[in-house]
Amino acid sequence: MTLVVEQLLNGVQLGVMLFLLAAGLTLVFGVMGIINLAHGSLYMIGAYAAAIVAERSGSTALALVAGLGAAAAFGVLVEIAVLRRLYARDHLDQVLATFALILFVNQATAMLFGRQPIFVAVPSLLQGSIEPIPGLTYPVFRIAVIVVGIVVAIGLYVLINKTRIGMLVRAGATHRQMVRALGVDVRLLFTAVFGLGALLAGFAGVMAGPILAVQVGMGEQILILTFVVMVIGGVGSVRGALLGALMVGIVDTLMRAFMPGLLRGLMAGADADALAAGLSSMGIYLLMAIVLLVRPRGLFPAHA
Amino acid sequence: MKRSILLSALISGLGLTTPTLAQSPIKIGMITTLSGPGGYLGQDVRDGFKLAIENGKLGGVPVELLVEDDGLKPGQGKQIAEKFMKTDGIKIFTGIIFSNVLGAAVPDIVDNGALYLSANAAPSAFAGKECHGNYFVISWQNDSLHESAGQNATNLGYKKAFILAPNYPAGKDALTGFKRYFKGSIVGEIYTRLDQTDFAAELAQVRAAAPDVVFQFHPGGLGIAFLRQYQQAGLLGKIPMVVAAPSLDAVTLAAVGDAADGLSVTSHWNSDFDNPANRKFMTAWSKAYNRSATYYASQGYDTALAIAAALTATGGKADPKSLGAALRNADFQSVRGKFRFGPNQHPVQDWYSLKVEKGADGKLTLNTKGTVLKDHGDAYATQCKM
Repeated sequence: MTLVVEQLLNGVQLGVMLFLLAAGLTLVFGVMGIINLAHGSLYMIGAYAAAIVAERSGSTALALVAGLGAAAAFGVLVEIAVLRRLYARDHLDQVLATFALILFVNQATAMLFGRQPIFVAVPSLLQGSIEPIPGLTYPVFRIAVIVVGIVVAIGLYVLINKTRIGMLVRAGATHRQMVRALGVDVRLLFTAVFGLGALLAGFAGVMAGPILAVQVGMGEQILILTFVVMVIGGVGSVRGALLGALMVGIVDTLMRAFMPGLLRGLMAGADADALAAGLSSMGIYLLMAIVLLVRPRGLFPAHA
Repeated sequence: MKRSILLSALISGLGLTTPTLAQSPIKIGMITTLSGPGGYLGQDVRDGFKLAIENGKLGGVPVELLVEDDGLKPGQGKQIAEKFMKTDGIKIFTGIIFSNVLGAAVPDIVDNGALYLSANAAPSAFAGKECHGNYFVISWQNDSLHESAGQNATNLGYKKAFILAPNYPAGKDALTGFKRYFKGSIVGEIYTRLDQTDFAAELAQVRAAAPDVVFQFHPGGLGIAFLRQYQQAGLLGKIPMVVAAPSLDAVTLAAVGDAADGLSVTSHWNSDFDNPANRKFMTAWSKAYNRSATYYASQGYDTALAIAAALTATGGKADPKSLGAALRNADFQSVRGKFRFGPNQHPVQDWYSLKVEKGADGKLTLNTKGTVLKDHGDAYATQCKM
């Protein structure tokens, strides 16, 4: 039983990481209509900036600021320098340009910091593990990730549903032409939204540092999952991104954890393992297919 | 992302008098992984190989090394191989890091009469019945890496093992190899994903199964994530771990911090080996590059040495037939010490146990402890009929 609880926690934690990435991606696509393949690069920039500042200064707070700042600053720069020229173009041009950005950022990172993965220490405050329920030890850092994710989700909810900026973002996602006609500075809004998306991606990168390997190409590893989350949740919807991310995180984790055991009851060990490995890597795509079958535009489509 | 390196054009231009210098350099095609999380593996193989090229020559013969990045994509590896053969007329290939890329590219290469010398991956599929006279492996057969880890776990007296590896050809070879030499029982066996970054679900199962020992194969960045999460889950120090070289090289060791303390590793090479070839290699490496030498680098270097020795033996003749015949003698001083080819042209070599220990300066290092397997070939050699 504790194993099930632990695996659920793992699923939620993976979901939270995915949510931070998917929220930015879905906002950018929903409001601006841009398919940003370079979202993973922002995640990597956040991770690198935090890792390097943490190593040099030894301060977690500084590292956090650096990671968020670097990702957001780079996001704003990219929006002004590259994406602004592409709003009127079709998606293929955007995909090409943002794919080129991936190559640029990856190569630049390799040249600046080398291809070797870099080490990021767990902040001393968040080291070790605790026992939330008897018999279940869980790393403090992962619990912190879950808590941070929930806080960010609430913060985004308030920002989008209760503030003027949020109103513009919502309006931009559903009635872009009308917002423009009413005299809102759409360019500024777009820069702000893209910056926010970059900030969230950078945040995910900062938190991934102590758990994963900080290295060139880390963004592309998680990008595909992020797109799956966005499609399941409904493009443009932050609420959808949250639900989609949690579903993907939990389904992926539980299938990885329990599929082999279930199948081993039905067939020989080696066959069961091979089939389970195959099925669990298909799991989230099956989930996506089923969701799209029932709701072709995702769970909460913004342009409904 | 073409990085072709012209190493020898200058020499012929200098008007030196030896007749061999008039000939155009022999082209060597290196297909390797330079981008993405596996990027440093290919970089080390490439840089190790380049280290053995002296003044643009291998074995006194001018060579030109052409390097292209496969991006860990089998399809891309195959395309590069075709391009190298058709456009550049290359007859000598090396460099592929990952078994799935090798599986896609190598059949084309050897069937077209070119030579392939593996500096890393060597999947079981090409070691037995499908062995080929043009296919040489300088590194090891995949299984044998992990056979050494299995033998090591047996030697250390562990009875119950939990084993994990990614679901791709080399991952399957890893678990097969480990089980072949581990005498205890397997209490859990998991195939992870090659693109996986989070291992929390697997680690929870490891804890629940309470084994004596964990064996895992996760090369490059995967291994870093695995080890760090193993430590964070509180398993380090509680359940010992045995691994083979790919799961803990000098780079991952630097990137995991304390999370590798006390690990038992097996390898065919380590930076502290005390033989003339290795001393020369380590000196040259530290002089040329400002980073630790990994076993990938040693394999790239050895591959170049093998080609150099064969070119010397043929007197500069580089047609696959004569060069292949010369290669079979393996008449070179490997940095790992003893080296010869088995009947399937895969190495027969010794395997050593290493231990991760804290040095006087508090930094973790990999120290060689003893021999695990002597004159060890691979399980598929007998099936190979050449």
